[in-house]
Amino acid sequence: MQRWPFVLAVALLFLTGLSIAAYRYLDTGMPPLPGQERTVWQIEARIGFTADGGAAEALLTLPPDQNGFEFLSETGASPGFGFAIDRAGPQRRAHWTKRTVEGSQTLFYKLDLVQDTGRRVTEDEPNRRRAVSFDGAYATAANEVLNALTPKSANAKSLAEQLIQEINTEPQDQNMSLLLQRYSAVRLTGALLSQANVSARTVKALRLRDGRRRQRLRDYLQVWDNDGWLLFDPRRGLIEDTADILVWQTGNPAVLEVIGGSRSRVTFSMVSQTHSALGLARERYNPFDLSLQSLPIAEQGMFKLIMTLPVGALVVVFMRLFVGVPTSGTFMPVLIALAFLQTELLAGLIGLVLVVGAGLLLRFYLSALNLLLVARIATIVVLVIALVTLLAVVSYRLGLISGLAITFFPMVILAWTVERMSILWEEEGPLEALIQGAGSLLVAVLAYSVMSLAAVRHLAFNFPELHLCVLAAILLLGRYTGYRLLELHRFTPFLKHSP
Amino acid sequence: MNWLISPKALRRQGVMGMNQRNLHFVGRYNPRQAYPLVDNKLRTKRLAERAGIPMPALIHEVSRQHQIEAIEPDLSRLDEFVIKPAHGSGGKGILVIASRDRGAFVKSSGERVDLNHVKHLLTNIISGLYSLGGRSDDAIIESLVHTHPMFSNLSIDGVPDIRVIVFKGFPVMAMLRLGTHASDGKANLHQGAIGVGIDIQTGEGIGAVQRNRPLTKHPDTGEPLQGIAIPNWRDLLTLAARCHDVTGLGYLGCDIVIDADKGPLLLEMNARPGLGIQIANGNGLGERLEAIEGLELFAPSLEERVDHAMNGLGHSFGTAV
Repeated sequence: MQRWPFVLAVALLFLTGLSIAAYRYLDTGMPPLPGQERTVWQIEARIGFTADGGAAEALLTLPPDQNGFEFLSETGASPGFGFAIDRAGPQRRAHWTKRTVEGSQTLFYKLDLVQDTGRRVTEDEPNRRRAVSFDGAYATAANEVLNALTPKSANAKSLAEQLIQEINTEPQDQNMSLLLQRYSAVRLTGALLSQANVSARTVKALRLRDGRRRQRLRDYLQVWDNDGWLLFDPRRGLIEDTADILVWQTGNPAVLEVIGGSRSRVTFSMVSQTHSALGLARERYNPFDLSLQSLPIAEQGMFKLIMTLPVGALVVVFMRLFVGVPTSGTFMPVLIALAFLQTELLAGLIGLVLVVGAGLLLRFYLSALNLLLVARIATIVVLVIALVTLLAVVSYRLGLISGLAITFFPMVILAWTVERMSILWEEEGPLEALIQGAGSLLVAVLAYSVMSLAAVRHLAFNFPELHLCVLAAILLLGRYTGYRLLELHRFTPFLKHSP
Repeated sequence: MNWLISPKALRRQGVMGMNQRNLHFVGRYNPRQAYPLVDNKLRTKRLAERAGIPMPALIHEVSRQHQIEAIEPDLSRLDEFVIKPAHGSGGKGILVIASRDRGAFVKSSGERVDLNHVKHLLTNIISGLYSLGGRSDDAIIESLVHTHPMFSNLSIDGVPDIRVIVFKGFPVMAMLRLGTHASDGKANLHQGAIGVGIDIQTGEGIGAVQRNRPLTKHPDTGEPLQGIAIPNWRDLLTLAARCHDVTGLGYLGCDIVIDADKGPLLLEMNARPGLGIQIANGNGLGERLEAIEGLELFAPSLEERVDHAMNGLGHSFGTAV
């Protein structure tokens, strides 16, 4: 291709991207930068079940009005099913019905809510009632546990803290371990508190994390403390900051009930948006909406990640073609950067270096075994998985939750990295292996830092047309024939020839 | 600043960068379908044989495990041979057996290995250990090149070879590559081999570099690196220029060795030759390549092209330093 048509095409791509973005900004009022707006969460419950063939009904308990959240809108329509919201019981429930239905079914319930930490809801003091009455040996054990703890606590809050601590201390005393054989930890805490005349209930709640998919509700404990409910994590105690915990179900009935079907399950996906609620509402009712926000929320969460990939690719192209940093594997750094996005940088970096380092040591032993290539890679995959498991378990035992993040790394990529590094090490020497390893890490960290910028993530997801500009930049770099920055160092012997 | 050179100074000296090589020369002048001819040394050998280009003779090719057992008796009878992977690069997976000693194979470095070692290497080669991307590969067993006596003290272990860059059939730049202990006998500049720039007109050495630093003596043997003159220079350039004719590659690097008895032999070809040759020559490739691109000659003959190179490509190149 000649020079001018090429430059023209690139300029056209660039301008198209910019002008679509500008148009969308003017039309929908989507802010160009992640702003100070309140966070809007879109939560989607995906219900699946296998219908028996006759009439089927599904009932999903809906979250109650609560502190810190304001509900904007909800929809539950699913093709072929009648939908209504049932307000009769203690909690609202979504109700789907169909006369005859067979095979596997998927129903969606979508809820938009705004995080508003200042918002308070009046909560009524619950009727005191015993949730569980202990009998026989259990009653004695319960009394002894309470007799030991009550003197040490001042009020409902401190009693709950003491109990949770006691239950989670290993080893437990005899009474406690007897009780735990019969009751789950969270249920036992609730029952013991009721026994001590403290109002407590187990609730199921959802942790709000941007872009998470297939999440489940987790058990928490609520304890009444004079003027409101306090939320406790059954393993760690009082949760001070409840801003990102949405209480979904507070007692009976169950979260999901399906009549006329089997194998029912419900999972939750969520994304957060930073644009104004008004803009959100306007887009929702536009039938010609082609933005990513019109996708199901689970897919939106994935696209939030996918949309940062082109930016990472641009970083790699820049570092290789313009700077000249050697990397092992062309786009391996982007994959690593993508994993970093999910693990947090430091935890990911430490985990990666540990696994690849240990993998290399084992690989040196493997080379003495003289295996054929495919078998060797497969062996390394198994070893890498063993290492990852070991790292996860050990770090969890040491109380380092972030160690679990290592599981976000693609295992096969890790295995190939180990193999490539070890071949490099054996054939070109440790220096070359270190240079390329460090080069890959450097590019990965750079790609990560760009991909994790709030502004980049916001623009990439909300203005996907800007990727045309990224494409234009990649095309331009693809025709760059000048010297790479590192070549300016490599060719220094020519200094003596220049005047 | 001693560790950086300005792009302007480099451009003035016509130094070619990696991006320019890839985009302007490799990408434009090397047709994709010609790559397998040079990437697969077995195909290179067959091609050279048909065209009458001298190469070390092929003794055996091994592409399957069971063939290893079949050639075993023959292998035990051979006194000297070289094993290399068909898709190898950077001298990986090459075994040079220079003599025999009571059943054991003696490598050129003097180390002894047994038959099992040789068979293991063959297995590794065909399973793809040394090929790019780990694809299964063929192993080549070929006759040993006997180093020309003039090189005997210039190289450690391996045979020194001469890399000639051939552009559109014209030899444009040449370099002698000498193995060192640092490079483990391999003739790869970035592994620590010595590159001696060779005057394309005369075949005489210009200056030597190792790892970007000039030097006057071989670091291992102490042999002076000045005053080197390649014998049969015209034959060698003719051989390099013919490589263009048989492969159709517009921009290629030919690696040529000089055998004590048979003279210049083609060792292998490279469709993406490295840029270190410019440092060894103290001269950029850019000017020479442009001179050839601007040449108005219709289908010049082989002789014409070699003449043109030996006349300094119409300029007085190769006399720097």
